[in-house]
Amino acid sequence: MSLMSQTRSVIAMNVRSIPQRLWMSLATVVSIALVVAVLLGFLSLANGFNQTLKGSGAPDVAIVLREGSEAELNSTLSREQVDLLGRGPGVKIGADGRPIVSGELLMVVDGIKKSSRTKANMPLRGVGANGLLVRKQAKISQGRMFSPGSNEIVVGAGLLREFEGFELGKSVRFGAQTWRVVGVFEAPGTVFESELWADAPVVQSLFKRGTSFQTARVVLTSPTALPAFVAYAKSEPRLQLSAQSELDYYAAQAERSGLLIRYFGWPLGIIMAIGALAGALNTMYASVSSRAAEIATLRVIGFSGFSAFMGTMVEALVLSAIGALLGVTICAIGFNGLSASTLGAGFTQVAFRVQIGPEIIGQAVTLALIIGLVGGIFPGWRAARQKPLLALAA
Amino acid sequence: MSALIQLNNVTKNYRRGKEGIAIFDGLTMSIEKGDFVAIMGPSGSGKTTLLNLLGGTDRCDGGQIIFDGERIDGYSEGQLAAWRARSVGFIFQFYNLMPVLTAAQNVELPLMLTKLPAKKRRDNVATALKIVELSDRAKHKPKELSGGQQQRVAIARAIVSDPKLLLCDEPTGDLDRNTANDILRTLQQLNRELGKTIIMVTHDPEAARFANRTLHLDKGSFAEVTA
Repeated sequence: MSLMSQTRSVIAMNVRSIPQRLWMSLATVVSIALVVAVLLGFLSLANGFNQTLKGSGAPDVAIVLREGSEAELNSTLSREQVDLLGRGPGVKIGADGRPIVSGELLMVVDGIKKSSRTKANMPLRGVGANGLLVRKQAKISQGRMFSPGSNEIVVGAGLLREFEGFELGKSVRFGAQTWRVVGVFEAPGTVFESELWADAPVVQSLFKRGTSFQTARVVLTSPTALPAFVAYAKSEPRLQLSAQSELDYYAAQAERSGLLIRYFGWPLGIIMAIGALAGALNTMYASVSSRAAEIATLRVIGFSGFSAFMGTMVEALVLSAIGALLGVTICAIGFNGLSASTLGAGFTQVAFRVQIGPEIIGQAVTLALIIGLVGGIFPGWRAARQKPLLALAA
Repeated sequence: MSALIQLNNVTKNYRRGKEGIAIFDGLTMSIEKGDFVAIMGPSGSGKTTLLNLLGGTDRCDGGQIIFDGERIDGYSEGQLAAWRARSVGFIFQFYNLMPVLTAAQNVELPLMLTKLPAKKRRDNVATALKIVELSDRAKHKPKELSGGQQQRVAIARAIVSDPKLLLCDEPTGDLDRNTANDILRTLQQLNRELGKTIIMVTHDPEAARFANRTLHLDKGSFAEVTA
């Protein structure tokens, strides 16, 4: 009881005396806020990118690639193989009585990014009539779908945000061909929003791909039909292809690409955290030093070393918590929901929205509190060891 | 009268580099209950060291320190802190109030070491402030008070837990003559009316006159005793 009440008193005194060391305390708060904002910035980039990739896949859609290919760009499938996939087990039949299979090609074309006004790669996807059917989240929001056999394209809303010159009705040139934008489609929170779509046979012809595709997307009757379909794609002698659920395909891509951002964000955050820790230690040592007479007085009166330790510790934790709150606020106001784009697994730009979530806020705040904890322990230890001598209290 | 505090053959040494300095080498003294003693002496004579030993804020190297019949020289740090909290009130030269706390909150500090409920603590604080005639300044922060008023708050803090012994380290060293005399009269009143035993270290002969007797400390021993 007495230990608790004396500790509470010392903590209250320490916290209330923070304004007396306003500038040093403020410097610590700001440096911790910067650490949190930078780390949270990187983590929310990775988070947004991951969410977009993970949100792109459906569990009941199988994506089929050539055996050994990890990405769409280095895969190839023949028209016969795509047709044969439609005869596999568990394939859903569409309203027209035909299996819902979409043979697709993915080409890389150039565009100008609005943010940097530099050239960057964009994915041009050749899709067939089933292109929209295999992507339940995609729908035309402006204009119309391209007409089969024409040089018309529809553009993803994310790509439209990030790249210049793709507004509805505009003409764009890729290589020797001119294309007209006839529609805008939305597929919120997916990589598809960062793509241009055109008729697959036209893309095959203009990019001299004959009748071959790169991937096929096959809608299954349910996710439980996947194992039988995977076995079929692998074991049928005319196929020998690798099939997996679209969900797993994008989850694996998210894992690889998200790690890159995270591996950059954490080391930078930790280096900055070491700097902030030096600042926090300095502030807290200064705090203990400026309160030396107060601490000695309390010790003479009979207060314990533990209460002096806790007072310093809690002061450091309060400063770091304020810093963390400020950092999260800066990040939430400055970055959250911002549109960004980066290089995806297909060497093309993937547009996504920066997303701050509870998990990454927790990670950044934990780092801030660790700074506070370490920044408070050593000065707190010094405070606790202060001798209760009258001369020190003078 | 019986002894409140008794020092028997106390030794105390400090080390300065490789050199050992003996502050006390067999000091024996006794302070009676209800006494008001001034301790004077030149700088370096051991006055503050003596006050630290009497107040249990420092340890002797040898001998015995007995308070109210109980040896305290063997106490652990925790036992000494608890003993100080209930038995000794300290009054410092520069008041040593907590600047962020009000007068009442400063006075309440020693009571935070007890198990008294909040209401009883508030009552005791009000009584202590009344004794030093500062009831109307209870909610003022130290910087809003004069030096004399701050020292009165410090006195209220020293007596709030009703300790038997008050140790004063140059309590008027930072005050003008008139204010100093007011403070000394308050101490005298505490001694005469409440029976507090007071030991006061001072350089000021005028201040020493308010005590019942004066001990002159020189080079670790009492060279002269005057009534």
